[in-house]
Amino acid sequence: MSEKQTTLLGASEAPPPVSEWRRFRRVFFQRKIVMFGLIVLSLLVFTAIFAPWLAPHDPYRGKMADSLSQPSMKYLMGTDIQGRDTLSRLIYGSRTALMVGFLVVGIAAIVGSALGLVAGYFGGIPNMIIMRAMDALMGFPMLLLALLLAAVLGGGIQNVIIALAFATLPGYARVMHGLTLSVKENDYIMAEKAMGSSNARTMLKHILPNALPPMIVLITVWLGLTILAEANLSFLGIGIKPPGAAWGSMVNDGYQYLLMNPILSFAPGLTIMVVAFAFIMVGDGLRDALDPRLRGLL
Amino acid sequence: MTQGFEVYSNGEEQTMSTLLEVKNLATQFHTEGGVVKAVDGVSYHIDEQEIIGLVGESGCGKSVSQLSVMQLISSPGKIVGGEIIFEDQNLLKYEANGAKMRSIRGAKIAMIFQEPMTSLNPVLTIGRQLTETLELHLGMNGETARTRAIELLSLVGIPSGENRINNYPHQFSGGMRQRVMIAMAISCNPRILIADEPTTALDVTTQAQLLELMKAMVERFHASLIIVTHNLGVVARYAQRIYIMYAGRIVEAGTTKDIFANPRHPYTIGLLKCIPRLDEEKGRKLVPIEGLPPNLINMKATCAFAPRCSTGSKRCSTDPWPPLTHIGNQHYVGCFLNDEEKKSELSA
Amino acid sequence: MNSQLNDTILDVRDLRMYFPVTMGLLRRKVADVKAVDGVTFKLKRGETLGLVGESGCGKTTVGRCIIRLYQPTGGQILFEGEDITSLPEEKIRNLRSKMALIFQDPYSSLDPRQNAGNIVGEPLIIHSMVKNQSEYRNRVEELLRIVGLDPSMKDRFPHEFSGGQRQRIGVARALACEPSVIICDEPISALDVSIQAQVINLLEQLQEGLKGLSYLFIAHDLSVVRHISDRVAVMYLGRIVEITDSQMLYKNPLHPYTKALLSAIPIADPFVEETRERIILKGEVPSPLNPPPGCSFHPRCFQAIPECSQSIPPLHEVNEGHEVACIRV
Repeated sequence: MSEKQTTLLGASEAPPPVSEWRRFRRVFFQRKIVMFGLIVLSLLVFTAIFAPWLAPHDPYRGKMADSLSQPSMKYLMGTDIQGRDTLSRLIYGSRTALMVGFLVVGIAAIVGSALGLVAGYFGGIPNMIIMRAMDALMGFPMLLLALLLAAVLGGGIQNVIIALAFATLPGYARVMHGLTLSVKENDYIMAEKAMGSSNARTMLKHILPNALPPMIVLITVWLGLTILAEANLSFLGIGIKPPGAAWGSMVNDGYQYLLMNPILSFAPGLTIMVVAFAFIMVGDGLRDALDPRLRGLL
Repeated sequence: MTQGFEVYSNGEEQTMSTLLEVKNLATQFHTEGGVVKAVDGVSYHIDEQEIIGLVGESGCGKSVSQLSVMQLISSPGKIVGGEIIFEDQNLLKYEANGAKMRSIRGAKIAMIFQEPMTSLNPVLTIGRQLTETLELHLGMNGETARTRAIELLSLVGIPSGENRINNYPHQFSGGMRQRVMIAMAISCNPRILIADEPTTALDVTTQAQLLELMKAMVERFHASLIIVTHNLGVVARYAQRIYIMYAGRIVEAGTTKDIFANPRHPYTIGLLKCIPRLDEEKGRKLVPIEGLPPNLINMKATCAFAPRCSTGSKRCSTDPWPPLTHIGNQHYVGCFLNDEEKKSELSA
Repeated sequence: MNSQLNDTILDVRDLRMYFPVTMGLLRRKVADVKAVDGVTFKLKRGETLGLVGESGCGKTTVGRCIIRLYQPTGGQILFEGEDITSLPEEKIRNLRSKMALIFQDPYSSLDPRQNAGNIVGEPLIIHSMVKNQSEYRNRVEELLRIVGLDPSMKDRFPHEFSGGQRQRIGVARALACEPSVIICDEPISALDVSIQAQVINLLEQLQEGLKGLSYLFIAHDLSVVRHISDRVAVMYLGRIVEITDSQMLYKNPLHPYTKALLSAIPIADPFVEETRERIILKGEVPSPLNPPPGCSFHPRCFQAIPECSQSIPPLHEVNEGHEVACIRV
């Protein structure tokens, strides 16, 4: 090295750091409705965790003598045909909702993203095969597909989860595929190849982290939609049946008694609506805070 | 704090009449981070049949100053001060979108933009874009406008105009599109042509063709040309007078030959020492200008070049930005060092 | 063991790179874009060879072929005597520690989610060049220092650096595995003029300090290329039209395209400009999809004769070290 060194460019000479975190926080917390969504979700998680302490009665077994009672001090939301406390079932239903939601989204997101990533990265024939398959799946209305699969596999919570995961994964694959293609355009991906990085390394260490923020938005929104979808399936009679506590099937059960005990269907129905809405609002807020350019895309 | 200077204070100007005079122009942008004084008290003029250059790097305010002349500045930008005298009137008195400005823009003062890809409307044929201007400003009717459009195309070196007039921009190459832009700019016989960074986005040989074309057109129509660029070679070749800009202000001004033969501002000197020259001898070492371009947000009132300046005194970081001082035949410098020199020259 | 220590590190012979143009569902090939159409040159150890030309000339493609980001369609590339033209992927990995690439765009050439230290140190990990954490840390800090950056900034992310600093990070990354050849693909065209000089000087200093480091400097700005290169090759539509040392290129250009190119570049000196000959070419650079027959420059050439369209002029040596592809020379 020659003795004449250029003076080291220190931190003071760099442009002032644009505080990404601060901007994110500001945008995210600015809309009241996003805050509302966040509060609802926190409540949901809290309820799910502390269900045993919150529920006044046993959600699975009821006293026949108290069957179909109106809301009272003892049973704040009345009871169903078997005398089970609606409120307790609602509380425990949060666990089912979250569990189904996370499992379905977890499986669908991981499998779907993996497929989209591989298809987008390699292009050519793998891309054609994978994306055509995804297109084919997406050709079916989601609920119909889930119904079909659940009917074929039989009812029960496991099969509902599998059916919903299958029906929703093309969405993740599509988005991931698009993101992979656009991230791939950047020179740093070519730089990775030029420095000898393996395909796996490039995909997992460089493409995935850059594609993650929009995916997180998608996942958040889909958590809400999945809960809604599961409720639909349960309402249609496929999926979780009593004594299992699931909001959708609660709506279904209470349907017959709509005139006498409207709360049996309305309580879970309203809960589903509010929770799904909360997820979508939070997802919306995340998207705005991460990158407003995504508006309209996600 | 703005600076200004009077061109005519020494009474040594001007037999050729002045077409455009910009006095103390100030344009600001209000961003999330603060106020950006993109143009901070800029004064210059252009005479008839003159070619001048506005030189500086990105962010120095050269493009914004031209857009201000055309009143094409939109929120969050705002022209906050100064005068733009054209045809004996202060253009800033007029509404940006009013009839007066619209009659000037594109007709009397025309601009050729940098990006040939995006400055033409992709859904209109180029014929339509040409005739539109002619109909609007010169009141030509369809047939006359069409004929004129074909003439203009051949003038800028696009033959078989009758065929090409129905083509869309995407059917032309970058160089051709820029020629179409030049045709549009000269279509209404402008007094002043502003070329904004005409040398980027195109190949070198194409750039050369287009610059020669612009010069030929300007000569043919007895118009004046303002070349906005960061390329010192281009102004050396074409401009008669140059203004050097840094961080929103003019730091040096003068005839081209004076500026290159006798640069006085440390920034000008620095620029000339750090660019490679095609004709340089082997082994010439470039002397870079140390440091980084200035942060334009909430700039201090002192000389913005001082942090990077290799000469300089204590005054430079305490006193407000030095005003331009006259150091001889149309040559102006905004630097305290030159002030001191001049003082000692005078007292000697 | 190579007994004659040949100091040619890169030997490119008649390199060709054609990109097929496909149409239809079954992707039928209808034509070839002849991006590189027979390029031959040698690069010596410690030398800087400039590759200059306008859009469509293929200079970037040449760089990418040499580092095997593409598989050449034809010709040969010899690196340190070894034929790497058709090396399979597994063997190319080794090559990647000896050749490095610097990119044009400082904004897209660095992963925005990785900090400077990780970006610079990644090649070390990929090629297992360090044994432990502390060795890794030391090497990363050393690399940052070499390119003039304060090592304490290694935890910062790309968006916290200026354009010029980002290019320095790119250079540090290229140097990580101590390559013998660095291919610089338009490394300064996206930077401000006053910053360009800083990076040019950095590259020159590195070459002085690290003996045996060669550059293939690809750019469209002939002034810059001439300044930094020992020899310059001028390319037009996929072929080299002239190659000579950088002084000769300006003092005695032989190919008409070179003359036109030189004339098109304005010099920052009005006194010199007044006396220069101005050669303005007709027309524009043709598309590589449809190159003219014979000499690809002849339609725009001011010295063309009918024979020019009949055959491709070969690159032949006119004076020592000065080769031209023109039948009129």
